[in-house]
Amino acid sequence: MNHYQIEVRVTPRPGLLDPEGKAIDHALASLGYEGVGGVRVGKVIVIELEAASEEQARERAEEMCRKLLANPVTEDFAVEVAPADPAGAGARGSER
Amino acid sequence: MKVAVITFPGSNCDYDCYHALKLVDGIEPGFRWHRETQLGEVDAVILPGGFSYGDYLRAGAIARFSPIMEEVVRFAGGGGPVLGICNGFQVLCEAGLLPGALTRNTTLRFMSHEVHIRVENAGTIFTSRYETGQVLRVPIAHGEGNYQADQATLAELEGDGRIVFRYSTPGGELTPEANPNGSAHHIAGIVNEQGNVLGMMPHPERAMEGLLGSCDGRGVFESLAEALATPAAGAGLE
Repeated sequence: MNHYQIEVRVTPRPGLLDPEGKAIDHALASLGYEGVGGVRVGKVIVIELEAASEEQARERAEEMCRKLLANPVTEDFAVEVAPADPAGAGARGSER
Repeated sequence: MKVAVITFPGSNCDYDCYHALKLVDGIEPGFRWHRETQLGEVDAVILPGGFSYGDYLRAGAIARFSPIMEEVVRFAGGGGPVLGICNGFQVLCEAGLLPGALTRNTTLRFMSHEVHIRVENAGTIFTSRYETGQVLRVPIAHGEGNYQADQATLAELEGDGRIVFRYSTPGGELTPEANPNGSAHHIAGIVNEQGNVLGMMPHPERAMEGLLGSCDGRGVFESLAEALATPAAGAGLE
């Protein structure tokens, strides 16, 4: 099994009002930042995952998103997969 | 009639619901813990308000995977009446028993005060004791009560009379000020297609006694008791 670090980014779907993003948008404007717009607030979920391959890790992470991590009605998700080596040494995809 | 109140870790309106049910003739309430895998012999289920699992991830997102929820989904699928109040509504949406989602209030604040809601459909098993158009005074207490769904879903809810309650003025008007959380179409409560699952953000169980400000919530529980007492219980929308 290989170790992967999964980073899931969950963001409010376009078109859906994001009151938190709007409040930050206003705050930035009141601080004098010009040209700011379209502020959206989401969350990042970091997961350590053991999987046979990068493809399998991605598949499983995407399934987790569909089942639990994101609400398809209001949120979009993006998954990033990177090899992780808990020992801190070794090459990409090393066996443990 | 036996009505089960589900307690999740973080539920805080379970005893209020229990108390409200006790006030209604013919109803025998009982609790079910989220870890239980059997509902047992029950005629209706209530998912109470609160902060199940600390509202972590999204309100209701983790509670829906509780062992007891499998039973609740099965019970609802068989036509059993299920009422979700506040966090219970959020759990029902997350569980897919009701469409749409409850998102952050547009005010970004936790809103805890009385509101007025207009009964939009008195033909459900939860609202038969009301008149369509009647305005109720009931409290809300939530941070994520902003109901959102895609346009097609909203049109379906509108067309099928599945919007049961809308936030309104005391006179029954739908002004923007009367909508406390920004809900689409002023939605405060909806039923599923079969009419046996109701989700609502306001707390009828906190409006049961005049001494505490309002009796307007009683009708929800009395309607349910009436429906359960009739042989055709579980029948949906009219």
